[in-house]
Amino acid sequence: MKMEQLKLRRAMMFMPGNNPAMLQNAGIYGADTVIFDVEDAVAVSEKDAARQLVHNAIKRLQYPCEVAVRINHIQTPFGLDDLKVILPAKPDLIRLPKAETGQDIKIIDEIIGEAEAKYGFAAGSIGMMAAIETAKGLMHAYEIATASPRMVALAIGGEDFVADLKTSRSREGWELFVARSQLLLAARAAGIQAIDSVFANANDDEGFLAETRLIKELGFDGKSVINPRQVRMAQEVFTPSEKEIKNAERVLAAYKEALERKSGVVALDGKMIDTPIVTRAERVLAYAAAVRK
Amino acid sequence: MINAAGREIPEIIKGITKVTPYAGPFAICPQGRMVGPKIRAGKPGSEKLLKSLEQAIDASGLRDGMTISFHHHFRNGDYVLNQVVEAIARKGIRGLTLAPSSLNDVNDAIIPHIEAGVITAIETSGGRGKLGRLMTLGKLSKPTIIRSHGGRARAIECGDLHIDVAFLGAPCCDRYGNMNGVEGRSACGSLGYAMVDAAYADTVVAITDNLVPHPVHPISIPQTQVDFVVVVDSIGDPAGIASGALRISRNPRELLMAEYATGVIEHSEYFRQGISLQLGSGGASLSAAKFIQEKMLARGITGSFGVGGITNPFVEMLEQGLFETMFDTQDFDLPSIQSLRNNPRHVEMSASYYANPHSAGPIVNNLDVVILSATEVDVDFNVNVITDSNGIIMGASGGHSDTAAGAKLAIVVAPLLRGRLPMVLDRVDTIVTPGETVDVIITERGIAVNPRRTDLIESLKGSRLPVLHIQDLQRMAVELAGKPEPLPAGDEVVALIEYRDGSIIDVVRKPK
Repeated sequence: MKMEQLKLRRAMMFMPGNNPAMLQNAGIYGADTVIFDVEDAVAVSEKDAARQLVHNAIKRLQYPCEVAVRINHIQTPFGLDDLKVILPAKPDLIRLPKAETGQDIKIIDEIIGEAEAKYGFAAGSIGMMAAIETAKGLMHAYEIATASPRMVALAIGGEDFVADLKTSRSREGWELFVARSQLLLAARAAGIQAIDSVFANANDDEGFLAETRLIKELGFDGKSVINPRQVRMAQEVFTPSEKEIKNAERVLAAYKEALERKSGVVALDGKMIDTPIVTRAERVLAYAAAVRK
Repeated sequence: MINAAGREIPEIIKGITKVTPYAGPFAICPQGRMVGPKIRAGKPGSEKLLKSLEQAIDASGLRDGMTISFHHHFRNGDYVLNQVVEAIARKGIRGLTLAPSSLNDVNDAIIPHIEAGVITAIETSGGRGKLGRLMTLGKLSKPTIIRSHGGRARAIECGDLHIDVAFLGAPCCDRYGNMNGVEGRSACGSLGYAMVDAAYADTVVAITDNLVPHPVHPISIPQTQVDFVVVVDSIGDPAGIASGALRISRNPRELLMAEYATGVIEHSEYFRQGISLQLGSGGASLSAAKFIQEKMLARGITGSFGVGGITNPFVEMLEQGLFETMFDTQDFDLPSIQSLRNNPRHVEMSASYYANPHSAGPIVNNLDVVILSATEVDVDFNVNVITDSNGIIMGASGGHSDTAAGAKLAIVVAPLLRGRLPMVLDRVDTIVTPGETVDVIITERGIAVNPRRTDLIESLKGSRLPVLHIQDLQRMAVELAGKPEPLPAGDEVVALIEYRDGSIIDVVRKPK
């Protein structure tokens, strides 16, 4: 059933992997996914401590949500060690930063497969997602998205991407417009989710909400967040309103009635209802059901 | 003997005439009459304005062994208490009992005078920093008596605490002793705590840095209660008296707890037209103001009154028309001081009106909801706000037990863990507020409802709030942080925690 397959990733919250207090409280804010970061948030001298801490946190603490780990890229001196220490704790997802080729994904896929076999986890139980942070990565986005059946989402890493474009981020985000759209196309073509970049100014709630509304309209499934306060805000943007739910129910009811009457043309409030409108209504209700769970 | 809160209270305590064990929040039925103030006869043409603190001390008749009092409205910006104690020490007076409405870090400066025997006993709301440590180490001639704000008003009005001389800092004062707290460079807002001292002390000395022509308007404390007036250079540091507008916390953990607290209120029967409310000034309880405001607007209801400890978020709700009236014993920031001065619906009240349980009825009796913070709580819903995890006095009782007893819904907010220590315990180190007056405990990981409140448990069903048993919360904390060993209790009683009715709910023993 479509409805059961829908996995909400409206707010994927980053937590620095070297902060015990934050790791301990990561689960209390209602994020759909927590992402323990052992990459950019952790200094080179603390990488080993952070991976151990994240390993133990995943193993010992019970998180009420999906748990992902952002590892260092496997071309750095840390990425493979990250996988070695973290996979035995069985995170739900491994997030690869700065993905540029499908080959990166294939290598990690294989390492995860070996770990699953070694530790007796079900094959395919650890998923993957990749962040596109360079123009080159974006050019290979579809290849990356389809390189492994483990892939559940593509994300865009806005700050790095914009740096790679040789520009800077504006509040309106026009510089990311094409990249976001292209990333979304690749994700949709591959049948996986698309997750937007973090909004760095944790004190600008208005800016955060405006950006989240924008990316929702573009078609994104969720947003990476850096502050627990942004979790609820992001989720509210993505959650269908009562009005949307009512409307979707009416669309489906009218459609069902038309099918029963074997009538070819369906209209509601003077507007024609065709297949895409029915599909959208089904999606709204599936989403609402997933939110209620 | 074991009191009704399950605490061992010695039958005889050094320096305490009568020890009455706590028997339940409303068990004591007081008899007799309140005490009356001393009769004086201020004659026409008499001069109250004196030249110096020294002259005022002489005029007040202060002698060895007497009791002096102060208010704590200047908070950590207070210059009065330290200056007066200094002047008293210079006069060679000794063996005094210090009975201020509360003490702040700034008052650590009097420690040398305690060590020298100028002050030998303390009766107040609590202690922090070095003074708290000094109390805990038993450096005084008898145990410190810790009272709630309502309990102190009761003790003064019933004669348990007799004040010989009250030295009251007055931000705005005339030469015949009328004063208020809303004008002048040292404005602190309400003089609610000082009102009780002024009404009952044998001698009242007003100390001001802002002498204005007679008569002051408005009058918070009237000339009929004030014997002498002294002008000094400064009675306080404005920066320490009141902060700029207190803002809602940005700490996500506090915001989460504030949201849970608001959720509990929203699903209770008390969230209706005419609700009355008190919020603490702590991070989570203050932050609840924002969420409550949103919910009240969404539900289209307005409240009857708010009580405080007033802060800017409360003032905003008053101005928005979300509350009809604010009752104010103390102000925490500049907007609340301004509001008290300018808004006729913002009403100054005395600590007695606020919370004295042995009156015909304080305003806390009319409270629907209060949100309070806690240092630690236990599985019997008892609350400690006085001693830290080493058994050292580091907080004040304030209005905690008063509002918990008065309000129909008393919500206590505390993090499940502080650092590596669980804050839901088998038994709190020191009971300030008894569990039978606490209805809900809120932590960042879940909400526990007092099992006595079956009605509330019922109304929270289907609310989607994380309601758990208190034991489950404790288990969660222990799983994360392990079980701390209980503090090894010493024998020497160094402080009494007086319940608001004058009975002893707990004692603080000197740590081993």
